[in-house]
Amino acid sequence: MAEVLVLVDHVDGAVRKPTLELLTLARRIGDPVAVALGAGAGNTAGVLGEHGAVKVLTSDAPEFADYLVVPKVDALQAAFDAVSPAAVLVVSSAEGKEIAARLALRIGSGIITDATDLEAGDEGPVATQAVFAASYTTRSRVSKGVPVITVKPNSAPVEPAAAAGTVEALTVSFGETASGTKVVSRTARESTGRPELTEAAIVVSGGRGVNGAENFPLIEALADSLGAAVGASRAAVDAGWYPHTSQVGQTGKSVSPQLYIASGISGAIQHRAGMQTSKTIVAINKDAEAPIFELVDYGVVGDLFAVVPQLTEEINTRKG
Amino acid sequence: MSLRIVVCVKYVPDATGDRRFADDLTLDREDVDGLLSELDEYAVEQALQIADGADDAEITVVTVGPEDAKDALRKALSMGADKAVHVEDDDLHGSDVMGTSLVLAKAVERTGYDLVICGMASTDGVMGVLPALLAERLGVPQVTLLSEVSVAGGVVTGRRDGDTASEQLEASLPAVVSVTDQSGEARYPSFKGIMAAKKKPVESLDLEDLELDADEVGLAGAWTAVDSATERPARTAGTVVKDEGEGGKQLAEFLAGQKFI
Ligand SMILES: Cc1cc2nc3c(=O)[nH]c(=O)nc-3n(C[C@H](O)[C@H](O)[C@H](O)COP(=O)(O)OP(=O)(O)OC[C@H]3O[C@@H](n4cnc5c(N)ncnc54)[C@H](O)[C@@H]3O)c2cc1C
Ligand SMILES: Cc1cc2nc3c(=O)[nH]c(=O)nc-3n(C[C@H](O)[C@H](O)[C@H](O)COP(=O)(O)OP(=O)(O)OC[C@H]3O[C@@H](n4cnc5c(N)ncnc54)[C@H](O)[C@@H]3O)c2cc1C
Repeated sequence: MAEVLVLVDHVDGAVRKPTLELLTLARRIGDPVAVALGAGAGNTAGVLGEHGAVKVLTSDAPEFADYLVVPKVDALQAAFDAVSPAAVLVVSSAEGKEIAARLALRIGSGIITDATDLEAGDEGPVATQAVFAASYTTRSRVSKGVPVITVKPNSAPVEPAAAAGTVEALTVSFGETASGTKVVSRTARESTGRPELTEAAIVVSGGRGVNGAENFPLIEALADSLGAAVGASRAAVDAGWYPHTSQVGQTGKSVSPQLYIASGISGAIQHRAGMQTSKTIVAINKDAEAPIFELVDYGVVGDLFAVVPQLTEEINTRKG
Repeated sequence: MSLRIVVCVKYVPDATGDRRFADDLTLDREDVDGLLSELDEYAVEQALQIADGADDAEITVVTVGPEDAKDALRKALSMGADKAVHVEDDDLHGSDVMGTSLVLAKAVERTGYDLVICGMASTDGVMGVLPALLAERLGVPQVTLLSEVSVAGGVVTGRRDGDTASEQLEASLPAVVSVTDQSGEARYPSFKGIMAAKKKPVESLDLEDLELDADEVGLAGAWTAVDSATERPARTAGTVVKDEGEGGKQLAEFLAGQKFI
């Protein structure tokens, strides 16, 4: 069976969930060969093997941390040359997309970004995309070269499948451009203890209606009762009530959880662009005319300061 | 010596209107209103600020798009850019990102540059990869997705706020930069700016001027193919209740019914 290259997204060896989803999709097309780069790369093999990786190619050269993007492109290209895969899959993060695009150009292949599903077709893998703020669904293919496809988190289930997961060191020779953009310093983001926004099964978001940073704990308490991640609209973020990294939407994070709860968010097109593919959508808003209600499976027209605490309390009671 | 800044701007369908596909599954540009991609206004703004801080600088805005795309150039010129380049050719219709980046790379090289500034993503394709492709094609550093950018002494520095960390970046010019909507509010064109823009030069180029063949770009030259585009069915109307004091409990009941609790 053909091999499929999967670029591993991990933090110091801890594999992030979207990569395990990629392995599920990769198995529809062929045998997954994972490429893990950077500090801790070798530690990823166990979990990757449990999820179907037949081989894990690793390199922990310092270049990956010291310079932006290009060293990883050089490494992925080295893996590509070593394996001759039938497709290359990468997680649709900002960095993932840039790596994938530059690799595609180098190997003379087309690229599809932000796929929400993937299946084998007569002429190669067929990708589903949700475009124009998810108002259209397209099915597309790469028509030249080896398909390079980036996939959005939460696009496939994580399915265990035992495989060899044999670790092999990847030899990378870095090109001249690899050291072009120096990472002078890096400040790690403080962990909130909550699930990562793009990976979470449930997202609870607050908007301008939350009316101040001092009220965001209401949203957090609801999120914690459901084990959810916290998101925010751009209005809330621009006002400084919540960190920009929590922004959901066109210029923020794109999420597609099982459940999305919007409180005090009107549902502007740019916000919808980042959450419209959520499976179940719930909104709490005091304005019955708010566009968000066009999307909801369940909506409450009401004051969030009354509804949200009652909801949180009821959930905590039911959980016992 | 003058700092040559090139800003890539895209003409896109208005996101608040009805965006559609044409029969050949490319973007319908005939029946929808277009405008300068809002995210490219941030790129123009940063170019203006960098130029202000330089001894001597010249800003050229470049677009690849049909006749109407001139509107995007005019907007950028009225914000304060100095001149414009419009790449326009019937054979460009249906280009994918590989085709677009090839044309832009040629246009930018022809114009001459020390710094290329792009938006973080267009508001239609939203791929967010064109700046990286442009850097790859030009063989210069990419300093992308910056929420803060400055240029001094032939070096560009900036901050990139990523998923897990915030990074401070540095590269020597020439380089390709892209900026996010956190980089600073874009200015509105002044009346004076709008009047001045009418007199600023807009150069039109076609594929021949860029020494490109028709089969390298457009629908025929695309490395990707769209097989189908279907409008997402409107979500079936959900239940909307008015809170009469029990709204939170009713919502909990719904969530329990859906097995979320
Ligand atoms: C280029 C561009 C990119 C953008 N990207 C994004 C993006 O990524 N994400 C994003 O979110 N936005 C984005 N925006 C902004 C977007 O257009 C909207 O301005 C924004 O989403 C509005 O946020 P909001 O819904 O919180 O605020 P508003 O639109 O002001 O809505 C607040 C809502 O809260 C309700 N409310 C008020 N008080 C209460 C209460 N006590 N109880 C219940 N309800 C209450 C109101 O009825 C109202 O519906 C972008 C805009 C542009 C131009
Ligand atoms: C809904 C949709 C989905 C698409 N999916 C794919 C796909 O999966 N694969 C693919 O190869 N193509 C795809 N395309 C085509 C692709 O978007 C266009 O070729 C486009 O010109 C380049 O991509 P982008 O606009 O998304 O670039 P982005 O990378 O999002 O744009 C970033 C920046 O590049 C600059 N820029 C982009 N285009 C131009 C331009 N024409 N002129 C000047 N500057 C520009 C701007 O500064 C912009 O802010 C898609 C198009 C649409 C409308």
